[in-house]
Amino acid sequence: MLLKENDTLAVDKNTNLTAKVKQGERGLSLLKYLYVGIVFGIIFVKGEIISWFRIQEMFRFQSFFMYGVIGSAILVGMVSIQLIKRFSIKTINGQAIKIADKKFNKGQIYGGFIFGLGWAITGACPGPLFAQIGTGFTVVIVSFLSAVAGTWVYGRFAEKLPN
Amino acid sequence: MNEFLNWVSQPWPWYIAGPMIGLTVPILLLLGNRSFGISSSLRHICAVCVPAKIPFFQYSWKEETWNLLFVTGILLGGVIAAMFLSNPETIVIAESTQRDLKALGITNFQNLLPAEIFSWENLFTLKGLFFFVIGGFLVGFGTRYAGGCTSGHAIMGISNLQWPSVVATMFFMIGGLVMTHFLMPFIMNWVGF
Repeated sequence: MLLKENDTLAVDKNTNLTAKVKQGERGLSLLKYLYVGIVFGIIFVKGEIISWFRIQEMFRFQSFFMYGVIGSAILVGMVSIQLIKRFSIKTINGQAIKIADKKFNKGQIYGGFIFGLGWAITGACPGPLFAQIGTGFTVVIVSFLSAVAGTWVYGRFAEKLPN
Repeated sequence: MNEFLNWVSQPWPWYIAGPMIGLTVPILLLLGNRSFGISSSLRHICAVCVPAKIPFFQYSWKEETWNLLFVTGILLGGVIAAMFLSNPETIVIAESTQRDLKALGITNFQNLLPAEIFSWENLFTLKGLFFFVIGGFLVGFGTRYAGGCTSGHAIMGISNLQWPSVVATMFFMIGGLVMTHFLMPFIMNWVGF
């Protein structure tokens, strides 16, 4: 498996320039995503977004908090993407920024509903699951493993589900 | 330094936490054309560990290593926040929510997560089955079926004006409302609260 991967890598390097640029981001240069993740995890905890109680407040419409968090995050994301598009801002490596469009399928309805059920039970979307484990609620490792199993079962039966 | 630590140890208000989360969108794009999304990490973990020749898990996951590092970072961020920046006070939860949850049998409101649910002792009980095993499974299955979670759809997708993401987010909310208001009261009773 490893050998095979390396073989394709070597071929890409000789033949495909864009692939070469992408592959430049390996090893230590990938560490920057670890750092972004660390900051992100701290925000999750300090913003109390990983709290099961905050999610309960949200689904009971008893606090503005989570709506404020998600709403302001979308606003900042939206303005940033518009600025990037308007001024054709490039990545730090000089690549043009491309964002894939989301295609509609019924999965967004059925899958979205199923995830919503789980979100209210665990009090966490996938991101906060990691942060909850980090803060010391180690039993959430079980929820995480079960989420991996859920993803696997989806992958196994993906073609048979309505889409 | 101590004053600074005391200050960051307070819970951060939504208007600090929310925009900082939103800034992750341009930061990941500028660093390397990466679209913000977290649930795909679960797929990569499957592709790395148990691909089992399933077409859905046959792709070059090495190109997605960044995503696995990103979620590892989130876990480490949780460790750092809990070790060095934790808030000495108990979490402030809306009175009305406390009242509703008390009616369901939750009495401990001291931590970010209710200790009555999230403990190892519950693992092999009906509580553990519902809150960890079934809950986690629905999160993993549902996010992949929907093609994203709160980060990939609600934040990244809507920020990029993608209407399918608006649909997905609406159904995240509908699912959560159905669970909270219609199913949870029965299930919590059934699992022993």
